[in-house]
Amino acid sequence: MINISNLSYAFGTGSSRTPVFSGLSMNVQRGEFISVVGGSGCGKSTLFKIIAGLLEPDNGRITLNGAESATAAKRLGSVAYMPQQDLLLPWRTVMDNCLLPWELKRSRPKAAAVAEIRTLLQRFGLEGTEGAYPQELSGGMRQRVAVLRTVAAGNDLLLLDEPFGALDAITKRSLQRWLLELWAELDKTVLFITHDLEEALLLSDRIYLMTGSGGGMQEFPAGLPRPRHHSLNYQPQFAALRQELELKLYENRRS
Amino acid sequence: MRTAAPRSLLQHYGPASLLALLTLAVWETVARLGLVPPFILPAPSAVCKALLEERRLLFGVHLPATLLEVLTGFALSVVCGCLLGIAMHLFSPLAKALYPLLIISQTVPLIALSPLFIMWFGYTLWSKVAVVFLTAFFPVVIGTYDGLSKNTDAYRELLLTYGANRWQILGKVGVPLALPSFFSGLKLSAVYCVIGATIGEWLGGSQGLGYFSRRMAGNLQSAKMFAAVVLLSVLGILLFLAVAALEKIILKKRGRYS
Repeated sequence: MINISNLSYAFGTGSSRTPVFSGLSMNVQRGEFISVVGGSGCGKSTLFKIIAGLLEPDNGRITLNGAESATAAKRLGSVAYMPQQDLLLPWRTVMDNCLLPWELKRSRPKAAAVAEIRTLLQRFGLEGTEGAYPQELSGGMRQRVAVLRTVAAGNDLLLLDEPFGALDAITKRSLQRWLLELWAELDKTVLFITHDLEEALLLSDRIYLMTGSGGGMQEFPAGLPRPRHHSLNYQPQFAALRQELELKLYENRRS
Repeated sequence: MRTAAPRSLLQHYGPASLLALLTLAVWETVARLGLVPPFILPAPSAVCKALLEERRLLFGVHLPATLLEVLTGFALSVVCGCLLGIAMHLFSPLAKALYPLLIISQTVPLIALSPLFIMWFGYTLWSKVAVVFLTAFFPVVIGTYDGLSKNTDAYRELLLTYGANRWQILGKVGVPLALPSFFSGLKLSAVYCVIGATIGEWLGGSQGLGYFSRRMAGNLQSAKMFAAVVLLSVLGILLFLAVAALEKIILKKRGRYS
């Protein structure tokens, strides 16, 4: 699906450039759910912006769907990116917000797009909110609408940047369960940024640990068997994995 | 909700109305007692009487003339102001070049320029429209430009990842986000238009409420002068309310007041 090799990026211009990361490589197969974890400031969001095509890397290659893109801007429109805030447009209803990606491309008749969004709304547990404005919805629902809009953009690769980061713990739990159930039928490839190790273990096939500066990427096979259930949280196997992951994260930070 | 409406209306406008009535009452009393000569301060009742007496001339000749100047100037201000605001937003060198000049254009005393306007446009409609335009287009430009310049980076990036071009970003996010600021400018502009038209008529003209009030003041017919001033002020209020209503309708459609 996507292959990244030896990617590096630095902020600033001229001699005062501060490196964010370098020597970063990862490989994602179609249909995988991959989490990227790491401390704040290690460049996770920057990595996503580069993949989405918003930033040009200093070095390295990105191959998307088997084709290497010459410039970052070439990737714009081919990867669905959901930033940390939901960024729903407050003057548009839920339906109109979800139609936004279609409005920009207009690759098919409107009726088809509306029908697809209606089906998705049902699958996302959002039936009846079609005509509501974002400010009338709860935080958890807004976040689900934002995920739906990202799915409705119609790309196979979804970049979700801490989609549940701003939610309270209880809502976050319920959305993790929701995404776990939804994920199986969605048939998308997901790259997922999170700070929450349990979230990463529960949802992903593999986890990449990102250490920032020169550290590159470290792969951590989560590999819990699917289909998963959220009660997995309480099993000893899960706790052991979590401990291992946490240790690795701290190890990397010390060095 | 509906039964509570009169009460909330009273709460909203009660104090202001009371103060206005009180002021009028004191004013009327002072005038009736002859404490101030009528050519200095005519009684409100005298102003009403003058308004009725001169209704033919006021409503038939002078109000339409002023209205034409106001509406022409307002339309020009809105069209030019919007276009300039958008152009300045799209091409930052233009904004850098024009912004200081725009501010300077507002510091020039219009009265001092009046002979110039008369020379350029003669005693026609256009000399007044020019004054209206100069006073009224500034708030529209600033409202549009500042509204569009709001930080929309997060939205911009999101739309870029959907494959949007800069025009689509402007249309889908920039313009809707700029609307509140744009309408603030438009409301100011509507009020300035009436002031501009009045000044324009003072500078030279043969009709219009500003011209009429000046002529009456010259003849010491203060009641008639006040009648024209009342009409001008009502005109400004109505224009303001019309723009405010338009704003409410458009923003309501977009869920801002839900």
